[in-house]
Amino acid sequence: MKTILFIEDESTLQKTFGDILRQESYKMISALDGETGLRLAKSQKPDLILLDLILPKIHGFEVLKKLKEGEETKDIPVIILTNLEGMGDVEKALELGAKTYLVKAQYSLEEVVEKIKKALKE
Amino acid sequence: MNVKEILAQLNIIAQCKRYGFSLWQCPQFLFLIMGIIIGIAAITSYAIATRYISDPQLAALMVFGITTILFIIANIITRSFERLAEANRMKSEFISVVSHQLRSPLSNLRWVIELLMSGRFGKIEEKQTEYFKILKENNARMEELVADLLTVSRIETAKLPFKEQEFVLEDLIKELIKEFELFARASNVEVKFKPEKNLPKIFSDSSQLRLVIENLLDNAIRYIKERGQVEIKLEKRDKNFYFEIKDNGVGIPKEDQKYIFQKFFRSENVMRYQTQGSGLGLFIAKAIVEKSGGKIGFKSEEGKGSTFWLTLPLK
Repeated sequence: MKTILFIEDESTLQKTFGDILRQESYKMISALDGETGLRLAKSQKPDLILLDLILPKIHGFEVLKKLKEGEETKDIPVIILTNLEGMGDVEKALELGAKTYLVKAQYSLEEVVEKIKKALKE
Repeated sequence: MNVKEILAQLNIIAQCKRYGFSLWQCPQFLFLIMGIIIGIAAITSYAIATRYISDPQLAALMVFGITTILFIIANIITRSFERLAEANRMKSEFISVVSHQLRSPLSNLRWVIELLMSGRFGKIEEKQTEYFKILKENNARMEELVADLLTVSRIETAKLPFKEQEFVLEDLIKELIKEFELFARASNVEVKFKPEKNLPKIFSDSSQLRLVIENLLDNAIRYIKERGQVEIKLEKRDKNFYFEIKDNGVGIPKEDQKYIFQKFFRSENVMRYQTQGSGLGLFIAKAIVEKSGGKIGFKSEEGKGSTFWLTLPLK
């Protein structure tokens, strides 16, 4: 069973995704802040990380940077799932090594799930 | 005020950029220009006075007095404009913060509704689906308004992202017509598109132009009262793309026409037929077209319909 780490401070979203991903036969681990996210990424070595950018404790960009610097975590694909879309945000995330950048307001739930499945298949 | 703050005040270009003003609209810059003009005028008057008037000292004193008064008045005016500009900037920032804060709960809500409607967690009855649809539609309206407000605040703070690339404008229009197909059919509107053949690709920001055409198409369909037709043209004229969208809808009353591109403006006749709409679409369209180096305009007659056109540079 593939494991997905979801780093997102909104518990509503954690629940929604938890339910839907479990139904799709994935295991989901949640982290409600950047620090916990980094720790779990190292200890659990998930197959995929879903990362929000506006996070308590450590900002999403910093988390992404540290993930890509860490020897054990650098190969885990990271999908950014956020509502931040200021000038240069997308470019910055892709430069730092994110696989995909999804703006929450622009995607339906099923579309996001499809992107997750696709990323896990590759 | 410490030295750092005074130095920051002196950096006029940075100050103007903060307000999102061009130099000739910026209070600080205008104040500097005014100061220079007053200074030159004072020196010239002094030079003339010392040469031609019998009591040059008195004249010089008068010139000095008057320039000082002028300078003070200019300063007061500039300061008050500065306060206005600051208030405007804060308003844009406020809109930006609020919209960002609203966006997350709105997308959470939409995803939960989608999840419930998908039937993943148990079959739902027809009646429930009906109500879920109402929830979803209202949520979509809020999301659209929030997206529009964000675009407006980005336009006003000169932070609108503009990523130019080559693409086929004709395809973008066809795609949008397809997206509006259901809405058009439900409104008894037939949409016709006549593009000129062999048009070159356009170099612009496709997601921004999408917003422009989406707004114009939405308006054209929305403001047709019973049944009607929307005709879209795309052709090459001189060094520009020329896009035109013509409807036989309610039209814009003559007295409202000069306000039509203003933010939050909604024509009176339209509010009678259609309660939906924020009055932001055309404001956004104009800002984007102008940023792309093009022009936008319209002609309209109340009760007969409107024709909106825009030009975009070929290269």
